[in-house]
Amino acid sequence: MSHTSDEMMTIAAARQLRAGQVCFVGIGLPSTAANLARNTHAPGLVLIYESGTIGAKPDHLPLSIGDGILAETADAVVSVPEIFNYWLQPGRIDVGFLGAAQLDRFGNINTTVIGGDYASPKVRLPGAGGAPEIAASCREVIVVVRHSRRTFVDKADFITSVGYGSGPGDRERLGLTGAGPATVITDLGILAPDPESRELRLTHLHPGVTLDQAREATGWDLAAAPGLAETAPPSEHELAALRALTTATPATPSRGNQGGG
Amino acid sequence: MAEVVPLETAVATLVHDGDSVALEGFTHLIPFAAGHEIIRQGRRDLVLVRMTPDLIYDQLIGMGCASKLVFSWGGNPGVGSLHRFRDAVEHGWPAPLELEEHSHAGMANRYVAGASGLPFAVLRGYRGTDLQGQTANIKPITCPFTGEELTAVPAINPDVGIVHAQRADRAGNVQLWGITGIQKEVVLAARRSLVTVEEIVEELDPRPGAIVIPSWAVTYVAAAPGGSRPSYSLGYTIRDNDFYVAWDEIARDRETFRVWIDEHVLRAGRGESVTA
Repeated sequence: MSHTSDEMMTIAAARQLRAGQVCFVGIGLPSTAANLARNTHAPGLVLIYESGTIGAKPDHLPLSIGDGILAETADAVVSVPEIFNYWLQPGRIDVGFLGAAQLDRFGNINTTVIGGDYASPKVRLPGAGGAPEIAASCREVIVVVRHSRRTFVDKADFITSVGYGSGPGDRERLGLTGAGPATVITDLGILAPDPESRELRLTHLHPGVTLDQAREATGWDLAAAPGLAETAPPSEHELAALRALTTATPATPSRGNQGGG
Repeated sequence: MAEVVPLETAVATLVHDGDSVALEGFTHLIPFAAGHEIIRQGRRDLVLVRMTPDLIYDQLIGMGCASKLVFSWGGNPGVGSLHRFRDAVEHGWPAPLELEEHSHAGMANRYVAGASGLPFAVLRGYRGTDLQGQTANIKPITCPFTGEELTAVPAINPDVGIVHAQRADRAGNVQLWGITGIQKEVVLAARRSLVTVEEIVEELDPRPGAIVIPSWAVTYVAAAPGGSRPSYSLGYTIRDNDFYVAWDEIARDRETFRVWIDEHVLRAGRGESVTA
């Protein structure tokens, strides 16, 4: 079965997750990948959405983190202060799954403004949401983002969520309890931080992608990790599961008027 | 005790030009009907507070009701940008919009401090981010017991807190369930509060996971059936995902936006649920 680069990205991201892990999920690519993992190799994966739904088991992809399907299928639904204070902040969550508008060489994420200055930006993005504390407090962070020079920048215009700051020692100095971005999955390959310098470097290329292509799409001098490998192509099972998930009807069936009115 | 009044009366009495107003509802129970009533009554110069501005603040901002926005994530969930919000920030249309920007954890803790009668909240957050440099209301604080550097954010005590809930009884006790978000904290943090509800019932029978906000902690309750559309009220209405997608086109253009507001908000009859 042939596949698109986006499908490869989502499948590669899903493979990072293991059964038994607890995963804090954002909407979009992360949610698709996390639900794919749950529907394939990691059925016991616990999904937490920042709307307060713990252990959500949606049978289709939610459009928003507040979709009714998340609350209706969750093990527990808690308030917003509780999800951040009791569940995220103490380090109870294994994996934080984030997207980015800009990602710099040290894995710092910008989702706030691009170009100009803060007061009069060229592009005003949605902002932080839950990401700064997810990036700080989850045991590790996985970033899923399409690879381009616009996104992969040498220095982010604004640091919304901290990766490795300006290099080794910064997370410790800032008191960030989680380990930071462990993996960055793109439509071209997979990046991970150099254990010494903390700079993101390429560990995998997806099938058919060259090192030059990945470098061309990166705004810094992208290094290849020793033993640069090729990502295993999507299996038929993975592709079928992904397509079933993305084509499932997004409409939530009416549960009737439980209010009696 | 909360007084049960018509929505128009509640907004006219509670919301004044220049007030800080928090309409909350974290992705669920978003008080659209109340927001539309604020637009119809032509309020100006509001300091709008909300974790996730969503479509309702795009509408209030686009109609020039706000001079400042206090928020943590301003997008159209699962769709993309809020175009009226962006137009105000990027081009000052229809009026410049001052921003005070936080993270969700910061905003949630600010409401908790407000509800708790404390001047500030402490969290492990914001450290190393550029938000600290832009928002004066984010300050480092040292733990007096361990010496750990943490972050302090001030309480939010809005002049008016507005939320939507599934039901209230005739005495004004409010019951809501599903994603309860930050609803209780906003009502308790606010100086005056309004809860719009899907229906007013004789008696509140128990619901799994429901919380009850006692009548005496609420200023006004108003019936607004369908009042969270195109968001939803679990058990009553479902989220209109198609409208969230359609809003992208409607709000992209100033004229299309104004025409939509004119047709669906300004000319909508009183007491009639406003739908897409």
